[in-house]
Amino acid sequence: MLKKEGETRIPAGCAISGFINRSGRRTNGSVIVNSIACMHDRSNGLGGGYAGYGIYPEYKDQYAFHVFYDSNEARIKTEAFIDRHFDVINLSRIPTRKHPNITDEPLIWRYFVNPLPTKLQESQLDERTYVARCVIKINDKIDGAYVFSSGKNMGVFKAVGYPEDVGEFYRLDEYDGWAWTVHGRYPTNTPGWWGGAHPFALLDYTIVHNGEISSYDANRRFIEMFGYKCNLLTDTEVITYIIDYLNRRLGMPLEDVAKVIAAPFWSEIDSGRFSPEEVEKLRHFRNVYSSLLITGPFSIILGFNNGIMALNDRLKLRSMVAAEKGDTVYVSSEECSIRTMSPDVDRIWSPRGGEPIIVTLDK
Amino acid sequence: MAINYLNPLFEVVRNPDRCIKCRVCERQCANEVHHYDPDLDRMVADETSCVDCQRCVTLCPTRALKIRPNENQFRENGNWSQQIMDEVYKQAGSGGVLLSAMGNPREYPVYWDKILLNASQVTNPPIDPLREPMETKTFLGKKDQSIHYDENGKAVYEKNPYLELDVPIMFSAMSFGSISKNAHETLARAAQELGTYYNTGEGGLHKDFYKYGANTICQVASGRFGVFKEYLDTGAAIEIKMGQGAKPGIGGHLPGMKINEEISKTRMIPKGTDAISPAPHHDIYSIEDLRQLVLSLKEATNWEKPVIVKIAAVHNVAAIASGIARSGADIIAIDGYRGGTGAAPTRIRDNVGIPIELALASVDQRLRDEGIRNNISVVVGGSVRCSADVVKAVALGADAVYIATAALLAMGCHLCRSCNTGKCNWGIATQRADLVKRLNPDIAYKRLVNLVHAWDHEIKEMMGGMGINSIESLRGNRLMLRGIGLTQKELDILGIMHAGE
Ligand code: SF4
Ligand code: SF4
Repeated sequence: MLKKEGETRIPAGCAISGFINRSGRRTNGSVIVNSIACMHDRSNGLGGGYAGYGIYPEYKDQYAFHVFYDSNEARIKTEAFIDRHFDVINLSRIPTRKHPNITDEPLIWRYFVNPLPTKLQESQLDERTYVARCVIKINDKIDGAYVFSSGKNMGVFKAVGYPEDVGEFYRLDEYDGWAWTVHGRYPTNTPGWWGGAHPFALLDYTIVHNGEISSYDANRRFIEMFGYKCNLLTDTEVITYIIDYLNRRLGMPLEDVAKVIAAPFWSEIDSGRFSPEEVEKLRHFRNVYSSLLITGPFSIILGFNNGIMALNDRLKLRSMVAAEKGDTVYVSSEECSIRTMSPDVDRIWSPRGGEPIIVTLDK
Repeated sequence: MAINYLNPLFEVVRNPDRCIKCRVCERQCANEVHHYDPDLDRMVADETSCVDCQRCVTLCPTRALKIRPNENQFRENGNWSQQIMDEVYKQAGSGGVLLSAMGNPREYPVYWDKILLNASQVTNPPIDPLREPMETKTFLGKKDQSIHYDENGKAVYEKNPYLELDVPIMFSAMSFGSISKNAHETLARAAQELGTYYNTGEGGLHKDFYKYGANTICQVASGRFGVFKEYLDTGAAIEIKMGQGAKPGIGGHLPGMKINEEISKTRMIPKGTDAISPAPHHDIYSIEDLRQLVLSLKEATNWEKPVIVKIAAVHNVAAIASGIARSGADIIAIDGYRGGTGAAPTRIRDNVGIPIELALASVDQRLRDEGIRNNISVVVGGSVRCSADVVKAVALGADAVYIATAALLAMGCHLCRSCNTGKCNWGIATQRADLVKRLNPDIAYKRLVNLVHAWDHEIKEMMGGMGINSIESLRGNRLMLRGIGLTQKELDILGIMHAGE
């Protein structure tokens, strides 16, 4: 029997794409669906998904949980857990449209919640850590339940299928967001579990990733010391946790996060290119955060509460192109997909390995 | 005259057609096996004291010599092997404890040889170390990850003392006394050239070698020989020796006959007296005492140097390591039961302790389970024999390895396992001036540098094959390992899957 995601590690190749509008102008989800459709050949129909930011303005202060259930029992158990820890403001099934290529769908529910103040206080955790812990707990402990999106004013939509079909299935033309990312997957083998599709998300961090990291188990065994559970055994999951740990928990700005996970080579550090102070910092980073260095090919787009970051591995072993048009920045595995979103961009370039592109909303 | 029950272990085979009676073997053999018989006009051998060090074989100009195991056999017995019977005869004759040298030679499983490495195919490209940067630089020490940013966005962080290694390989403790001054010089110069460290062992540091201080780890052992302020200040790190893989639970004994002028000065003990290291440190009877010693040594050196605590791999090594990780020490060195020694009671060497592979796997996992792996770096030794062992050790979770036997081999040691006799024909484990001068540090240090460079190159090849271009991404990366021919229990302890899974 084929093992599902989380029971075994499944290598995959992929396509990714995304864009952000700096001034916060919201764009319809159909744009991102078109951008991935043109890279059809980079996926193989075994997984696709999207992250949209700014899509729930009416519930922007609540955590939006998107959950897959294998059964009604799992749903009842999970809802009991959610009720014990959160105040549920709204719940419903996520609206979908029947699609001939999307089959075997689980139950897909959405909850807008606030942490219960008493529980939160009792836990002695800050609010986001509390929410993250609850999500990790559901995913780890409740069989057949999987929270695949848990941030504020954002949401992940994913399924087994070609990404363009997944977009239609979730009716993304009914959502508008200031940033979107998408992922089309080419796993080498998988029985097709919906939770295994990307993006992977924790709170408002989402990651779409193309590549297969060779540092996986070094990263996993290290990050699991800090309360994370890598249940899916996927790269995206561990990268998300690393970013959550460095950025949210240690308070490291994303520029520095990139210097940890795609650290410059020693030959660059010693090349005289950096100021002595910067060299000192880079050396320190490579010493103390060494287990969080990610090696092997990857290109990722990280979405977060007010922006996106695109990053290539330090050898640039995966393609990634970036472009700019007015106040919108595009990133994609291939130029063609950027051209579908914006045929005549102002500037298009290929970012260097290890050099992050960080774009945030103008204040 | 009493009967000598002992048979020579070896037989000297000399090809009379080749031998030109140059008498090189006679001059080279400190055990006085060979001599020239003028009456017979030929070379003869008394094999009773031959240790198979291969010195004569290597130096014979006509390749006339071979040393073979003695074919003479006791009546075969599956239970009473010839070796065990010999040992009984020996003890019946001497009434003493059996002594041995070098690591446990018995045929216990070598787990390194039951672990296979991964390589990339298709989904993830292998990396060519000749074309792309491939990094093996390693830092050892506590890794405090807390950081904050001041109002200008400048990162503010605390730096803990650390060791910086250009290769994840260091030379482990061998004291001046157990090995010769030339051997020490060889280690020191090689460490300096390689950008790594050697270790003084428990015998102090010879004045001539203070100049290699930046590449020296100064050991503090239970005998405290040669330990004083300047010694501690000179080294790059301080190692507290709690135990040794070859003889866990046992101290050390350097006989007075080896304590010559220079060793006496270095060890700070009178010439000709026995140097006895007690089994325990008499100021450490528990973990809280260890903490005090760690902190006192740090205090004595202005909190500038990392402190290593070295222990032997014993049954509850994981719990001990967890205690050490909370003791304030920066690095833990674990020595496996195959680790070498200049002299150890045979029964201890061959029966006490556990394999380093299993000890490492359980220590690394335990420290992670407790969330304290960052508190301390893990260095393993005893025995690491080649670059593949290094790669496997790092993938199991080690930060770096200690090598000693392999380093001595590079200098010419042939593992005759008779260091305890003080008559090392290769000038390594001896203090006899005529023997010591056989080891030329100018040549030997280059051989040692070659060895480590070769390993480093091989490590990079193997890493590149796995698609890893920096050693830190290999550390603890057990998914890169598979067991072969191991039981589920062994796999569980090693934390790896079986080949084919
Ligand atoms: S060294 Fe070789 S050739 Fe010379 S005497 Fe000995 S056995 Fe004969
Ligand atoms: S150091 Fe010398 S005495 Fe010891 S095993 Fe090696 S060759 Fe023999």
